[in-house]
Amino acid sequence: MTTTSTGTPARVVDFDDAVARFDPVMGLEVHVELSTATKMFCGCATTFGADPNTQVCPVCLGLPGALPVVNEGAVESAVRIGLALNCRIADWCRFARKNYFYPDMPKNFQTSQYDEPIAFDGYLDVEIPGAGDSGEPPEVFRVEIERAHMEEDTGKSTHVGTSGRIHGADYSLVDYNRAGIPLIEIVTKPITGAGERAPEVARAYVGALRDLLRALGVSDVRMEQGSLRCDANLSLRPRDDAAQQSVPFGTRTETKNVNSLRSVERAVRYEICRHAAVLDAGQAVVQETRHWHEDTGITTAGRPKSDADDYRYFPEPDLVPVSPSAEWVEGLRATLPEPPAQRRRRLQQDWGYSDLEMRDVVNAGAVEVIEDTVAAGATPAGARKWWTGELARRANAEGREVTDFGVTPAHVAELDGMVGEGRLNDSMARQVLEGVLAGEGTPTEVADARGLRMVRDDSALEEAVDAAIAASPDVADKVRGGKVQAAGALIGQVMKQMKGQADAARARELILERLSPPE
Amino acid sequence: MTETTTPAAGEELTRLTAAAMADRLTAGELTSEQLVHAHLDRIERLNPVLNAYLRVDAEGALATAREVDAARAGGEQLPRLAGVPVAVKDIACTEGLVTTAGSRMLAAWVPPYDATVVRRLREARMPILGKTNMDEFAMGSSTEHSAFGPTRNPWDLDRIPGGSGGGSSAAVAAYLAPLAIGSDTGGSIRQPAAVTGTVGAKPTYGGVSRYGVIALASSLDQIGPCARTVTDAALLHEVIGGHDPMDSTSIDAPVPPVLEAAGTRDLTGLRVGIVSELTGEGYQPDVQARFDEAVAQLREAGAEVVEVSCPHFRYALPAYYLILPSEASSNLARYDAMRYGLRVHPEGVDRPSAEQVMAASRDAGFGDEVKRRIILGTYALSAGYYEAYYGQAQKVRTLIARDFEAAFEQVDVLISPTAPTTAFRIGDKAEDPMAMYRNDIATIPANLAGVPGLSVPAGIAGDGLPVGVQLLAPATSDERMYAVGAALEARLAAQWGGSGSVLDRAPDVSALVDAFATTASSADREVTA
Amino acid sequence: MSAITRDDVAHVAMLARISLSEDELDRLAGQLDQIVDWVGQVNQVAAADVPPMSHPLPLTNVTRPDEVRPALTAEQALAGAPEAEQQRFAVPRILDED
Repeated sequence: MTTTSTGTPARVVDFDDAVARFDPVMGLEVHVELSTATKMFCGCATTFGADPNTQVCPVCLGLPGALPVVNEGAVESAVRIGLALNCRIADWCRFARKNYFYPDMPKNFQTSQYDEPIAFDGYLDVEIPGAGDSGEPPEVFRVEIERAHMEEDTGKSTHVGTSGRIHGADYSLVDYNRAGIPLIEIVTKPITGAGERAPEVARAYVGALRDLLRALGVSDVRMEQGSLRCDANLSLRPRDDAAQQSVPFGTRTETKNVNSLRSVERAVRYEICRHAAVLDAGQAVVQETRHWHEDTGITTAGRPKSDADDYRYFPEPDLVPVSPSAEWVEGLRATLPEPPAQRRRRLQQDWGYSDLEMRDVVNAGAVEVIEDTVAAGATPAGARKWWTGELARRANAEGREVTDFGVTPAHVAELDGMVGEGRLNDSMARQVLEGVLAGEGTPTEVADARGLRMVRDDSALEEAVDAAIAASPDVADKVRGGKVQAAGALIGQVMKQMKGQADAARARELILERLSPPE
Repeated sequence: MTETTTPAAGEELTRLTAAAMADRLTAGELTSEQLVHAHLDRIERLNPVLNAYLRVDAEGALATAREVDAARAGGEQLPRLAGVPVAVKDIACTEGLVTTAGSRMLAAWVPPYDATVVRRLREARMPILGKTNMDEFAMGSSTEHSAFGPTRNPWDLDRIPGGSGGGSSAAVAAYLAPLAIGSDTGGSIRQPAAVTGTVGAKPTYGGVSRYGVIALASSLDQIGPCARTVTDAALLHEVIGGHDPMDSTSIDAPVPPVLEAAGTRDLTGLRVGIVSELTGEGYQPDVQARFDEAVAQLREAGAEVVEVSCPHFRYALPAYYLILPSEASSNLARYDAMRYGLRVHPEGVDRPSAEQVMAASRDAGFGDEVKRRIILGTYALSAGYYEAYYGQAQKVRTLIARDFEAAFEQVDVLISPTAPTTAFRIGDKAEDPMAMYRNDIATIPANLAGVPGLSVPAGIAGDGLPVGVQLLAPATSDERMYAVGAALEARLAAQWGGSGSVLDRAPDVSALVDAFATTASSADREVTA
Repeated sequence: MSAITRDDVAHVAMLARISLSEDELDRLAGQLDQIVDWVGQVNQVAAADVPPMSHPLPLTNVTRPDEVRPALTAEQALAGAPEAEQQRFAVPRILDED
């Protein structure tokens, strides 16, 4: 949709200055598309990327006469999410209609839960990296969950016109395949007390939630495809270290559709800086929706909140109440996966990573992918090295996930195996990875195609070693005299002569053999 | 037996009850094709004036009839009503056949699917003659609010046939169909039955699937049969009733044994309660007189009759006129000119926005009554008013349901006049919405509580127009009202003689139509709806 | 209970997306004033302790299995569309994203 920012950038205050004087209060609303086979209220498929308007029926098109029926798989997912978020599960709750007109909403009301959510009053403990860069243990921050409720998604509009944007579009084309896909909206209570770490907490929360939902197997949680979407509410209040909790909240803004972990952090950070500038200027923050612009890293004003937002909620008369039995809920509790934090501690121990290494893995969002890579046969050390190295750098630079580049756990396990067998050395392995990233095939295919293979034939290596010793008699003498570290220069020459396709460790062995001091 | 029938013989066929048609089809004395032709002929002659049907599907009905006849000739075991034609209120979606709900908004809309009730008619292999007229989106008590002109009452062409299902009731009363499907949100099956001398049943809420029936007020709407006898209504009820997984509010239990109950004659030991709030003041005196006579008949049939009070019924109308518009305002939001239906561009606006096109289309596509109720309902749900209006109405609804519970602890069925007056003249209440609303005073409580109701003819008033009485039973005990209705029908038939039908005493509608047609050229007969 | 004003009707008509003409506004304001006053009678009933009734029958937990059912074809879905393009519903320009 909107990809280009409009208007002039707002004035902002330096972040450190802003958080020195103001206390940020956040509220995060995350919409998760469930990966159920069918929609929330009808039997249409939910496959992503299907041809337009081929996964629609009278119900999700809002045709006259059509009636909804609740998907039991969606209720089950909702309850499991609620339990995993340590929520209470309602013993009786209803759906309501949220009435407003919008062309991508077929009935012009959204069937949603309103004042009776299926799950409420929970929390999620999230870890943020320890302060400083010296690998201090992560800090645990508890985010209180207000509610998790069931609702349905809307259709998708494409705007047609000169600009390709919603403003100035001539007309729009609507595909209702997405309309009616089950959504769980997870709403936090106001998050206070994070101070200058608020942006990191926001990112860590969405990341932890994503990990949790993935572990539950209830959603694809692909932010770039919109199956996990975050709206970030933010307000500032004056800082008062003596009695911060008694200072009333400021006016909030809601930044919509912040669709990567990095953007969550950046958007919150930006809004903190912008709010501070507004307040410094003696102005009032306008309660409004704001749009995040990934390219420029700023937000722009959307629709102000107004009395047009009169949603006229009332209980959905076409659906009957949902009343999960205690036995059913307890049965679902037994299906919950190990909590991510606990799991991380277990995996760190299994893999033998240091705290610092584990922190890098977690920050790279690579826990699951390393687990899959180890399962595919890689060593834990090898798996970590590849996923948190080049791939993590790229992901971070592009605001994407490490798994987004076409490199799979099987690829990395294969690469790691080739290094372990001595087929590739480190620099060759990096070249192979580049080839895989460039879509040239599997590591074996890339290595074969590029002719990358360590020379195993000692005769060629021995020739190169002898040549290197002959070329640098003074260095050779030093080694003979016991300065073993001087062998490095000789190894360098050998590798140069071998065009890098040699096992440096073997070269070292041969050099030391030849230059060993007399017994 | 021949496939062609003389006009007179065709007329005779249309006079049969649905049960008799079914029996003669089974016995091979009659073909479905003959039956359908007989009705199509009569529709062709009378419908241009009656306007009971908005659309006739001769081809579809004949195709079904021929299939049934062939199947029967081939010795196939068929459902009881196979081959008996039926009319469907234009509120139920019929795949491939325009479905308008009486609205300009949907004047050309062809549904891509069948309502469950329509699917059940097809499964029962009943030829569907066509779609019947109705007040727009079922909002009204007279069928004057149809975007396609009013339906005329076969008893008196200047009068309304009731509403919203006036097309179905007029079709059945004028022998344009032996059976019809109706929908009843506040009396739209029962009140038209009463003012046309026919039988109409609103089953227990959830007794018949609402899937594919264009919603007015979801928590009040119920689909039911229109017929000329209690047995015929029961036959159709058993075809269309029963659980549907596509409707979350559908009752997952067998259809109550209504057909068996329709054989009841003796009411000994049965307790009948007269609802004191639904008689007396506000009821036309000869409506009250016919009602009193019906009660006397029930006593003679062995029933014990007592008076019961339902004190909160006096708030039923106001509560209903909050709940219905609220739900309707939301149900009708989908008619926005984006996906289907009428699209109108606002005049004098260059490059109108979606919002402007929606608002212009809804202004052009909806009639006055629909707009009135949408505005009322939107208001009742809006911020600051919800508790005082919608919320309070839902509490009153609880009290009305409790009144029913208390009454049904004392008696087995309740009885009242179906409508306070006989059919009024077309145009009489057009400018006074509240007077129109008060017509539903006796039928609305059943919708609010979800209990079943049945209207059966009780005779003729001094104005020569028919009167109906209403029987109400506890939820899911629909058979009780059929039992009492059948016993009453049998006693009145014995008293009236002839075929026993009150319709015997209606004027000859063919003559009325002919007379109307010859004088209709003058503009003064044109009626503004 | 305060009755409904012409401004109320105009505001509600905006919420309900009906562009009423000035005449319609005048007429409806008069009628609705009466009707709202009349339906307001529900407030004469003391019902503070009474639970609201949103469903006529006390049903709960009506769900369906998470199994795919046949969909409409795109042709069927779009058959009633006032305008369609690229297998999508064509609608006039949308003023603002929600």
